[in-house]
Amino acid sequence: MVMAREILRIENLHVSVEGTPIIRGLSMTINQGEIHVIMGRNGAGKSTLANVVMGHPAYEITEGSIHYCSEPLEELSVFERARAGMFLSFQYPAVIPGVQVGTFLKKSVQSVSDEPLKGRAFRKQLNEAMASLEMEKSVLSRYVNDGFSGGEKKRLEMLQMLLLKPTLALLDETDSGLDIDALRIVAKGINQVAPDAGCLIITHYQRLLDHVKPHFVHVMIDGKIIKTGGADLALELEAKGYDWLEPTAGAEA
Amino acid sequence: MSDEARDVIGDYRFGFHDPENSTIRFDKGLSEQVVRDISELKNEPEWMTDIRVKAYRHFVERKMPDWGNCHALNEINFENVTYFLRSSDATEKDWDDVPEDIKNTFDRLGIPDAEQKWLGGVTAQYESEAVYHSIREDLEAQGVLFFDMDSGLREHPEIVKKYFGTVVPHSDNKFSALNTAVWSGGSFIYVPKNVHVEMPVQAYFRINAKNMGQFERTLIIADEGSSIHYVEGCTAPTYSTDSLHSAVVELIAMKGAKIRYSTIQNWSANVFNLVTKRGVAHERATIEWVDGNIGSKLTMKYPAVLLKGEGAHAEVISVAYAGAGQHQDAGAKVHHLAPNTTSNILSKSISKNGGRSSYRGMLQVTPKADGCRSKIVCDALMLDSDSRSDTYPTMEVGNSSADLEHEASVSKVSGDQLFYLMSRGFTEEQAMGLIVNGFFEPFTRELPMEYAVELNKLLELEMEGSIG
Repeated sequence: MVMAREILRIENLHVSVEGTPIIRGLSMTINQGEIHVIMGRNGAGKSTLANVVMGHPAYEITEGSIHYCSEPLEELSVFERARAGMFLSFQYPAVIPGVQVGTFLKKSVQSVSDEPLKGRAFRKQLNEAMASLEMEKSVLSRYVNDGFSGGEKKRLEMLQMLLLKPTLALLDETDSGLDIDALRIVAKGINQVAPDAGCLIITHYQRLLDHVKPHFVHVMIDGKIIKTGGADLALELEAKGYDWLEPTAGAEA
Repeated sequence: MSDEARDVIGDYRFGFHDPENSTIRFDKGLSEQVVRDISELKNEPEWMTDIRVKAYRHFVERKMPDWGNCHALNEINFENVTYFLRSSDATEKDWDDVPEDIKNTFDRLGIPDAEQKWLGGVTAQYESEAVYHSIREDLEAQGVLFFDMDSGLREHPEIVKKYFGTVVPHSDNKFSALNTAVWSGGSFIYVPKNVHVEMPVQAYFRINAKNMGQFERTLIIADEGSSIHYVEGCTAPTYSTDSLHSAVVELIAMKGAKIRYSTIQNWSANVFNLVTKRGVAHERATIEWVDGNIGSKLTMKYPAVLLKGEGAHAEVISVAYAGAGQHQDAGAKVHHLAPNTTSNILSKSISKNGGRSSYRGMLQVTPKADGCRSKIVCDALMLDSDSRSDTYPTMEVGNSSADLEHEASVSKVSGDQLFYLMSRGFTEEQAMGLIVNGFFEPFTRELPMEYAVELNKLLELEMEGSIG
């Protein structure tokens, strides 16, 4: 059996924000073709993990390491990570007033590409991606996330993911606040990218997993992964909540 | 280019110049005799000489403005300015006849290409006088008069005499007096009744001589029911001593006429750009100023509209970019003098690297002007904490039926925006460039396409190497 290519390796990671420790000793490895899901309560450090992997300047790694495609990640700035094939679907994508979606997408795809972008090829790719996400063409002339509903924002995130074809896709609560149709479309985007990439999906809800089949489900509490299982674990969490997993639950009761 | 000049210019994009090939050049400094000599050299009618002399006397007596950036204004040494310079003897109509070194300058600015696509006619201002002037056949066929101002005065003195100085009198301010005394070049346009000029009519302006003052004078008259869009853009090379640009633009929109006047000024960072722009809108007429200020050391410019006829409308859309050592003191003035007149003012400014941008606005509603509406929006974007942005709005409202709105905002580029864009592959500089272009977009979309593209490129260049 051929070993799958390693995409992301996190070892004993400790992360602080303004001196407050958020992640306290987290380790995980994601190989090509694997979908990993992280679940946990608000404040467990899930979004911090996604942001720190993408290189957000506000987060400080105090201990441990992150390797991307077997190379240490520390020295790479945010845009270099993007150009190396990393992608973060934001929980709250920023509004960029006055910048049209079409212009933004083209420039973004150009920026991660080594070769000059061919107009016709890009348009074809764009049309296909938009069709598969059931998006209206009129989105292209709107300003990036300006006046977008929650669902529209998440669809635009998925469109960017399809166009940028990441090697590592980090999805930070991409499913939050979506109706059934939007959820189905977001799942479609993930499933399109997943076979060639490593995927890390952060979510609160099991319902996305009706459409996306994870290989691993991790439970994060207090900045650590305290339990890892298969897709069934998500169902169990949905039914039982997180209390039963609290390491100190018994001691404090 | 001398080493000294290169030191000053640095890598400024348009920091090049051709050797001066002036055939006639006055000594520096100003006197009544210099004013008379300019007029005589141009073979002007006596009434124009008289206007110039009267304006000169007013200029001498008139004090410097005691508002705006007085400190910078007082740096201007009027004795160190050349008031007239002619770089080629005749005004050219054919590009082939334009002197080679002058052509090179325009080639580097991309003007011939621009002409093919967009130009309804070209008046290229090289130093003090137009050297190249072409009018598309369709313009001529429509009966539109489009000349450089000197030729306009020669060919149609009766029209010039009727309107010159009626919108901006020489006594308006010190710099309108100076311009009236020594004006040279600029454009003269008359659009006959009910004629619609479909293509934007354009002129490029350029300073290319050391210490060269540029005092162009533009007069546009749109007769009843007609419309025209005039576009003016300029770039200038940088020199070690300060340059003075002091233009006057007068617009007259007759009943039901529409004039749009678009400008992007990109004077090099040592130029004082002190310009008086004003239009009169008669009954149901519209005047629109689309005004972009990117360059210069100090700009003081407040495009104005006098809404004189019932139902007239004014639109002023302006942007200002103030980088290191720059002060953009710009804004708008609208005077509602008649009932049911309306106005919209949108002002957007960016300050960076210690630059300063000020919005100075005047909105007046006279007692007899019933049912007026006006909306003013001022947005400022600060790219760092060393920069400065101020707003000086003045409102004089003498009629209680007026419906007025005023919104102002100051914002900074957020870390979230930068992180988002960088996570999509943009460098920090590229991300800033996108944000800045987006901020100016309500202005940029009003420009002809090539100007919009040029402005976006210019702003992206401004963002390069700027992030420490």
